[in-house]
Amino acid sequence: MIPELGQFALILAMLLAGLQAFFGIVGPAQKRDRWIAAVTPAVSGQFVMVATAMGCLVASFVANDFSVAYVAENSNSALPLFYRVAAVWGSHSGSLILWIFLLACWTLAAAFGTSRLPKPFASRVLGVLGLISFGFLLYTLATSNPFLRLDPPWPDGEDLNPILQDPGLAGHPPILYTGYVGLAVAFAFAGAAMLEGRLDKDWARWTRPWTTAAWAFLSCGIALGSWWAYYTLGWGGFWFWDPVENASFMPWLMATALIHSLAVTEKRGLFKSWTLLLAVLAFSLSLVGTFLVRSGVLVSVHSFAASPTRGTFILAFLIVMIGGALALYAWRAPLLKSDAGFELTARESFLLFNNILLVTACATVFAGTMAPLISSALGLGKLSVGPPYFNPTFLLSILPLLALLSVGIHARWKRGSLGDRARVLILTLIVAAVIGCAIVFGLFTGGRVLSPIGVGLGVWIILSSLIDPIDRLRRHITIPRAVLGMTIAHIGLGLFVISITSVEAFTAESDVALAEGATAKLGAYEFRFEGVKPIEGPNYSGVGGTVIVTRNGAPVGVMRPEKREYWVQHTVTTASSIRMYRTSNILIALGQDLGGGRWSLRLQVRPLVTFIWLAAFIMAVGGMVAISDRRYRSARVEAPAVSPVGAVTRSEAG
Amino acid sequence: MAALVASLFLWARPAHAIAPEQMPTPQLEARYLALIHGFRCMQCQDESLADSPVNLAADMRREIRDMLLAGKSDEQIRDFMVSRYGYFILFKPPFVLKTAWLWLTPGVLLLVGVITALTVIRRRAALAATDLEDNDLTDA
Amino acid sequence: MNRFTIPLVAFVLLVAVLAIGIRQSPEKDLIPSPLIGKPAPDFSLPSLTDPGQRVSSTQLRGHWYLFNVWGTWCYACRDEHPMLLKIRQAGVIPVIGLDWKDDRGDALSFLKDQGDPYQSIAVDHDGSEAIMWGVYGAPESFLVDPQGIVVNKFIGPITEQQWQQQILPRLSMSAAPASAASSS
Repeated sequence: MIPELGQFALILAMLLAGLQAFFGIVGPAQKRDRWIAAVTPAVSGQFVMVATAMGCLVASFVANDFSVAYVAENSNSALPLFYRVAAVWGSHSGSLILWIFLLACWTLAAAFGTSRLPKPFASRVLGVLGLISFGFLLYTLATSNPFLRLDPPWPDGEDLNPILQDPGLAGHPPILYTGYVGLAVAFAFAGAAMLEGRLDKDWARWTRPWTTAAWAFLSCGIALGSWWAYYTLGWGGFWFWDPVENASFMPWLMATALIHSLAVTEKRGLFKSWTLLLAVLAFSLSLVGTFLVRSGVLVSVHSFAASPTRGTFILAFLIVMIGGALALYAWRAPLLKSDAGFELTARESFLLFNNILLVTACATVFAGTMAPLISSALGLGKLSVGPPYFNPTFLLSILPLLALLSVGIHARWKRGSLGDRARVLILTLIVAAVIGCAIVFGLFTGGRVLSPIGVGLGVWIILSSLIDPIDRLRRHITIPRAVLGMTIAHIGLGLFVISITSVEAFTAESDVALAEGATAKLGAYEFRFEGVKPIEGPNYSGVGGTVIVTRNGAPVGVMRPEKREYWVQHTVTTASSIRMYRTSNILIALGQDLGGGRWSLRLQVRPLVTFIWLAAFIMAVGGMVAISDRRYRSARVEAPAVSPVGAVTRSEAG
Repeated sequence: MAALVASLFLWARPAHAIAPEQMPTPQLEARYLALIHGFRCMQCQDESLADSPVNLAADMRREIRDMLLAGKSDEQIRDFMVSRYGYFILFKPPFVLKTAWLWLTPGVLLLVGVITALTVIRRRAALAATDLEDNDLTDA
Repeated sequence: MNRFTIPLVAFVLLVAVLAIGIRQSPEKDLIPSPLIGKPAPDFSLPSLTDPGQRVSSTQLRGHWYLFNVWGTWCYACRDEHPMLLKIRQAGVIPVIGLDWKDDRGDALSFLKDQGDPYQSIAVDHDGSEAIMWGVYGAPESFLVDPQGIVVNKFIGPITEQQWQQQILPRLSMSAAPASAASSS
């Protein structure tokens, strides 16, 4: 009964999405007010239907309804309730429902958010969103219906993949998808502008908060995924340049470029066609990413169970949405010109380089990800591209970006000249360089040439970001939320750079074979192995090891790595033990039983690794703070004028 | 009960990730680690030989270890693997005619990007020079 | 074409690549072997049936053979077994087995129960021989010519289609020059 209701709700949702798309796009074109008025009800109706469908799926999982094929494939009666709910998006079909649900949420939010904007424009935005919803709902119903029944129903389910039985599953996909899907709003704003044939500073101001919000969620989602991989896969890696990881990283890079480009368009009406293109490309990369993960064209440990049919369908969808948007772009973009000028050392110039470098980085990741596909399609043989390619080529674009950042945030619009700021800036550079070398050569041993550069750049970014806020506080001038948000986000980035450099340079790891009572040494740490004993969990059993960790004799703690075998799927997973001690992470993973009470263990000490994810979170927080600035609340009112403190102004110069 | 659980692990095919044999000298150890991190596991194609839990990976690690102890160079070991499994086994794509485009793309794109940026800036700077008005432009 | 159509053109190219990718995706896990066209590795390994005897590549020089890597722990190998028996019955090419990381007792009783398609079986106890051939899964089979060159590699169970279209034609092709020489 409930699955049928869910399926019916999906069909209704698809029809409503179709109406939303039709009325939203054709209404303004034909200047039919009644059609325009019908858009928001369609949005609400679609949301209700999608929420119903989602609810039905969740209910089926909670109730252990194994007559539903999707539930039977992904759940089990022994699965704890928490994971029964999370299992809803544990596999392809359910994750699509999550996608569609989040898109409906964003669309509803967009309907509220654009309610005070000009009606034709707002309805076009919602119309484009409706088109996307329609496509996804059609795809789901045609190829990936989660409500299909099994006849006869299975007595019990196949259980959720044990690697997914982890709190990470509850957080990572929903938050990541919120980001992915959120970029559709920016895409819709771009589409609406192209349909209208008009794009101005107001458009940029309207689009900015939506883009930044999606970007913030994407940042958190990617960081969560990385953290989850770190503690669940057992050997301490947190980024592998895996195709699916890249599929989420590329939209992020594009969205970052878009946020900065929107700033220029909003402020000076420049880079209009470029910003438009970025808005289209960011969500397009989300869609391409969806394709890569579900079509089976790439080898990846993350990819969903794929099939060529699903792949072909998504490809058709891509052709319509992205091809359509780019065709519109080719037609409309030439109309967008501006005569504004700026100097070489002006803020616009720095932001231009920001964009060029971010887009180049994105294109590099794209090339590496697609290389196996391209090589095999052109008959050039089977290629494999891994971290040894991505790391150096990515850094090639990113290092200049990081170096320019500290200077760029002080550049004024239109005219260059940093004025008094230049001196403070050089001072911070020297301080950063000193700290960089001190940390690298003083605190730790080892590291490479890039290590002091990495740490130094990160420190400089943080110090440079603090100059303006501190100056304002000194002069008792309020800091606008937009500036505060930017500061927080950049500080987060600086911290991120410092953390990653440290982790890459100073990680100590070792694989050892220990008998009960034996001790291994790694750096200043000592690990005494106390043997293993059997353990049992709600749906697994296995062995748990005990390791007593000390540092220079002082106790750090007792760590218990485990190996679990899940009953239903008979898979063995490594539940490594991770502990934070001061600013480092200690990881211990159980290897294999070597017989005679001896076990192999992997030991790892990683300094500052937790700060990586904390930094990403700080960046996201910065973004959200920036959105809350007053200027985004109103539709048309001009932003209050606030002078950049400390820089030379024309009137002061006389 | 413990025996039952232990026997489950002997039956389960995957021999989990770690290669506990250590090399006699730190230099060899470093070379060994670098090599096993640079080869793709052919069965779990998304993992390196160092991290893969399957038996084939354990066998390959042993072969690499034996070759290192026999005095083979890193290049000889790499050639050994590539001649049997193809370039696919390397995480780092080689720089040969078929893959040159991949290695050159980032540099070329960066160059094109920088030239484009400078061209745009030159045009805009000219416009700024003729524009005498200076509206009070705020930050962020 | 102005610069605003560049993204669209690039996208069309991308779609073409993705479409080819979909078409090729069922075979994406098959890694082509670099051994094809190169000499097969020389080997001399203990025989499964008689550990005192050795199975070596020098014995096999001068005629075609099919080198089949298998193990009793491998389910797909059991699926392939009837096909191997059929090949043995056809009698045109010997099948040499490589028992890969297997238990001797299990292997012998399996062959006794299911039939033995092999002319001889070499034992690879620790997996090093399989690595010499670039094997990464079972079953895998190599078609080797009388000069000892690897002509083809089959990943997964040999199918009837492969037997008819890829193995038999090679055998009769190399037989043809001999008969042409004798008729002249």
